[in-house]
Amino acid sequence: MKPAPFDFFAPTSVEEACAILADLGNAAAVLAGGQTLMPLLNLRMSQPLAIVDINRIAELRGVRLSADTVRIGSTTRQRDALNDASLAAALPAFNRALSHVGHYQTRNRGTIGGSVALGEPAAEMPATAVALDAMIEARSVRGTRTIAARDFYLGPYMTALEPDEILTGISYPTWPERHLVLFREVAQRPGDFALVGFVGALAVEDGRIARVGIAWLGMGPTPIAARQAEQALLGCPVGQVNARAVAELAIADTSPFDDRHASAHYRRSVGLRIFEQGLRDTLEIRNLAA
Amino acid sequence: MSDHSISLTINGRPVTATVEGRHSLGDFLRTGAGLTGVHLGCEHGVCGACTVLVDGRAVRSCLMLAVQADGADVITVEGLSGPDGSLHPVQQAMRDEDALQCGFCTPGIIMTFSALAATSPAPSEDETIAALSGHVCRCTGYQGIRRVARKLAAAGAEDRA
Repeated sequence: MKPAPFDFFAPTSVEEACAILADLGNAAAVLAGGQTLMPLLNLRMSQPLAIVDINRIAELRGVRLSADTVRIGSTTRQRDALNDASLAAALPAFNRALSHVGHYQTRNRGTIGGSVALGEPAAEMPATAVALDAMIEARSVRGTRTIAARDFYLGPYMTALEPDEILTGISYPTWPERHLVLFREVAQRPGDFALVGFVGALAVEDGRIARVGIAWLGMGPTPIAARQAEQALLGCPVGQVNARAVAELAIADTSPFDDRHASAHYRRSVGLRIFEQGLRDTLEIRNLAA
Repeated sequence: MSDHSISLTINGRPVTATVEGRHSLGDFLRTGAGLTGVHLGCEHGVCGACTVLVDGRAVRSCLMLAVQADGADVITVEGLSGPDGSLHPVQQAMRDEDALQCGFCTPGIIMTFSALAATSPAPSEDETIAALSGHVCRCTGYQGIRRVARKLAAAGAEDRA
């Protein structure tokens, strides 16, 4: 239960890190929080020849808020993002989802970028990036590019990131001050991977849903944008939302599979129920507040 | 394949050593620094027995490389008791509440509690108990450990009041 030997690098700039990856490509693995990579190394399920530790690159850390955007540096620790009050105020859906990621101890090392880059189908951060239409920044010796979260996830643990690229940051568009959060997750124990869940945000203007973004976790090989549900909700007066009908549309976009934790049937049935309940609860909160 | 020289503080003492790149922090603390209070239960980040404090934060030492702790301030369970052997309040509470049997998971839980006890503002009872989700205990059935969590949270609330 010890890793196979590797060369260890701890660059202090993105340029340095990119140069090493350009050299080594698939033979190298990027190490951020280590909460996923270290178990793989310890079990020898992954045996890279080199590890590129990006934790000492100062420019990759930190949260930056502007009027239109919240940008989260990829090596920002999950714990620090969770405790950031202005981030919680700007993106309450992100904060809510993040509180369900892993455990207290794993959040002390785990990073936002690490979770987004891994692309675990049942994870909260990839689904949140999709729901909130985040833009993902990737850098290599070939330059910088941004990829829409909705185009980023290609399959389980498969993303659009090239072997020589580092995910440097994730930018989320901001929402109106008094917008609503959609979140439900079903897991066997707190901190376990979700069996099924969804995350999203919803803004109401003049009594109608003016903006909405929702994505599922654990309902397919990648996070799944609930596009049909989003379309049905847009423009709908809040009091006229048929939560059951919207939930059915939300399920229609999913393709859950059977695994040893839950069957596809379970995921669809439970997903339907929690989506309907979650949507209704969120809109009722809004009605009470109005 | 690569060797690295590291300098860090362990339980208040400066330590310098040479480690392989692949050497975990947990292994280094046990074999390099002789601190066998750090227990390796699973080595893949699920049991919590290996929990130590790195720069004040409770982390799984099996999921950090020793080389990553260069320049860090590390505290293990051995560093909690006083020089005269007096128990840290967390250790005392674990003892008072019969919160251990074989003791294998215990150091990790103590380190999580000690991190929470040092957190400001003091964590609530819910937050303290939630932090226990990162620990597995095969012996006790957790009730003594939960009593300690409630005790510590209450003490924290008192300090706040």
